[in-house]
Amino acid sequence: MLYTNLHHVMTAADHQKLINENENVMICCGRMGPMCIPVYGIMEDLEDEYKHVKFADMEFDNPEAYVIRDVPEVRGFMGIPFTMYYRNGKLVKATSSIQSPAQVRAILDREFATADVK
Amino acid sequence: MTESTHFDVIVIGGGPAGLTAGIYLSRARLNTLIVSDGVPGGQMILTHEIANYPGVESISGYQLSNIMKKQAKNFGCTIKANTTIVDMNLEGPVKEFSLSDGKKYTSDAVILTPGGRSRTLNVPGEAPFKGRGISYCATCDGDFFTGKEIVVVGGGNSALEEAVSLTKYATKVTIVHQFDHFQAFEYAVEEARANDRIHFIMESAITRFNGDDKLESVEIKNLKTGETEDFRTDGVFIFIGYVPNTEFLKGKIGMNQWNEIVVDSDMASNLPGVYAAGDSIVKRYRQVTTAVGDATIAALAASNYLHQLKTKQLHESLTH
Repeated sequence: MLYTNLHHVMTAADHQKLINENENVMICCGRMGPMCIPVYGIMEDLEDEYKHVKFADMEFDNPEAYVIRDVPEVRGFMGIPFTMYYRNGKLVKATSSIQSPAQVRAILDREFATADVK
Repeated sequence: MTESTHFDVIVIGGGPAGLTAGIYLSRARLNTLIVSDGVPGGQMILTHEIANYPGVESISGYQLSNIMKKQAKNFGCTIKANTTIVDMNLEGPVKEFSLSDGKKYTSDAVILTPGGRSRTLNVPGEAPFKGRGISYCATCDGDFFTGKEIVVVGGGNSALEEAVSLTKYATKVTIVHQFDHFQAFEYAVEEARANDRIHFIMESAITRFNGDDKLESVEIKNLKTGETEDFRTDGVFIFIGYVPNTEFLKGKIGMNQWNEIVVDSDMASNLPGVYAAGDSIVKRYRQVTTAVGDATIAALAASNYLHQLKTKQLHESLTH
């Protein structure tokens, strides 16, 4: 159980539903450790500002987290958390280990840009 | 136009020192703002278990920081997390800050508690291979290296203790250290030397990280002979001490040659109304308990400074 205020993804089916039903999704897959907690904290802080992004976490040691641990994009990752960014159900970016607020913002702004001018 | 907000005290940094200052100041009914560039807790959250904080038998750094944060908030302290300082003026009676939230804040006193961070090697390949073979946390990432061969860089207590703990996973741990002796306590050195999975390369340093998708080898330079070798490894754990987070204070406050803030026994800096506490000040022992102690002194001294300031202002208004 991750002690955060983020939406918790518990199963592979939850994961599929979340990325299918939301255009932009960021999921941080980790433990309650020193490299992971700062990333959850950044996500909690950004939730209000990035209303077009769904923020969630998933426990790294949950067997169902194979949906994150076993994808080819994380081959070579040797540091938790694995942080995944999905757009329209597709993985568009993944990072390994701790990230700074500026690094997370840069990815959100680039991958989930809201440039819809009507 | 940006909004300006005035506080009695602004605390820069949200680790144990900053949170303690927040608790004491807010409890003294001083309007206090803590600005933290990350999640409150600072380096304390990097510690899985704290067993030497008096009054608490055992607690994780994360839990202890959450309790401190809650205490500060309960006394009325405002905390801004993940916020950085864009500009500031510490001189004069009113201290001014521009923050990354786009707003300006002022205060009558300041307590600087920016803390420190793990030192990095600062050699080619270090940033790209972070999380792809390079780690700064053995308990977080050790299990990725089960059955593999790794390198630990450093010669202090952390390096030697973590090297021993990593032998639970790795079949071979090579310690690379720049000197011919270790700075660690003797018991830590003995424990590492007694472990047959641990090997040593002394008077040497990593000068480059190599690999494609993930780390495959490191270039190790013998600092005595200047010779380099390509050393194959699956991972590198770096524990080479800490540096103070005081770059933003350069030229604005008195610091020593290691960029540590110089304070007196009241934790006062060279500027009136500016105090400092925690890992970023000149001191020998950096612990949660010492940070909490310094910050208590800084908060009480700052309260006293504000009291004198208000008395002086009152006196001036009555005599003019």
